Amino acid sequence: MRILGISGSLRAGSHNSRLLAAAAELLPAGVEYVRFEGLKALPHFDEDDELDPGPAVEHLRSEIAGADGLLFSTPEYNSSIPGTLKNALDWASRPFDQTVMRNKNAAVIGASTSMFGAVWAQAELRKSLAAAGARVIDRELPVSYAEESFDADGHLVEPELQALLAEIVGELVDQVAITLRGRAAA
Amino acid sequence: MATSTSVAITPGTYTIDPVHSSIGFTVRHNVVAKFRGSFSDVAATLTVDSDGKLDLTGSVKVASVQVKEPSLAGHLQSPDFFDAERYPEITFKSVGLEPGSDGTLSAEGDLTMKGVTKRVQATGELSHLLEDSYGGERAGVELTTTINRHDFGIDWNATLPSGQGFALAAHVTLHVELEFTKS
Repeated sequence: MRILGISGSLRAGSHNSRLLAAAAELLPAGVEYVRFEGLKALPHFDEDDELDPGPAVEHLRSEIAGADGLLFSTPEYNSSIPGTLKNALDWASRPFDQTVMRNKNAAVIGASTSMFGAVWAQAELRKSLAAAGARVIDRELPVSYAEESFDADGHLVEPELQALLAEIVGELVDQVAITLRGRAAA
Repeated sequence: MATSTSVAITPGTYTIDPVHSSIGFTVRHNVVAKFRGSFSDVAATLTVDSDGKLDLTGSVKVASVQVKEPSLAGHLQSPDFFDAERYPEITFKSVGLEPGSDGTLSAEGDLTMKGVTKRVQATGELSHLLEDSYGGERAGVELTTTINRHDFGIDWNATLPSGQGFALAAHVTLHVELEFTKS
């Protein structure tokens, strides 16, 4: 089983990248975790280029295609997801009849420096992922006041949030396992 | 569709003629418009026992959904809607099929969609032709029913920007037109 982590923030000290790292630590032994690093290299989506989009988009699509589950961590910009993240999703979802997003198990978590913990961004990301054909877990992890939310080891300070993160990661792994069993039986 | 006659349908097993059959649905969207779709891969069997009791089973492959937009066809197969990967078929099995003397048909049966089975009632027509152009017996079944898609866990929706409700209605009308040839 392979899980691909995608942080919606490009910033070097990103809280969401840190949250992804905390989530990855909770994956059970035997699950391979890969962090996608190519968000910044993606060109702007252009439907004219969707069949021959260049290496950055090919890399994104092949990483998603090779993953059994996707774990997104998103910040919230102006009550929505970052344009870079939406751009990546738009590339990955096209052309729609051969999208690598179809039936892909996905979970969304998020952190923000506000008191709301990127809940609107997470809801919008779940909506877009589902529209792209993904199997999205209907859960959210609102990490608010992100600069105060991690301890020195990178774990969430609030035990409830850390437990919720473990639940969401566990649910993603469970859903991937169901899918893999179904495909093996087919 | 075969011509309706008053002759009772003869016992036996009738298999679907897929070219002359269709299973479709209509749902209201954007409050005012009706959206139509259908399934191209359909299977059905009608059996009539020696007492004249009718039994109907049928299924459609979710992957064969036909709509005008390819992107919508993909979305309909996704977990947001039918979830074709985990629930590749929609099935129906009758528990009671009551033909009236005037060609009407009342049906009750179990509809299974997205892993949920619900008892549904439908009404329509039963027709029968003793000899078609090739000398075979034909039967026709037309049934219509309206279901609530939320009963089957098909919950996708979007609020309209105008605040005038949801993009997609809860109630979906199913249109079944089947033509059978006697085996």
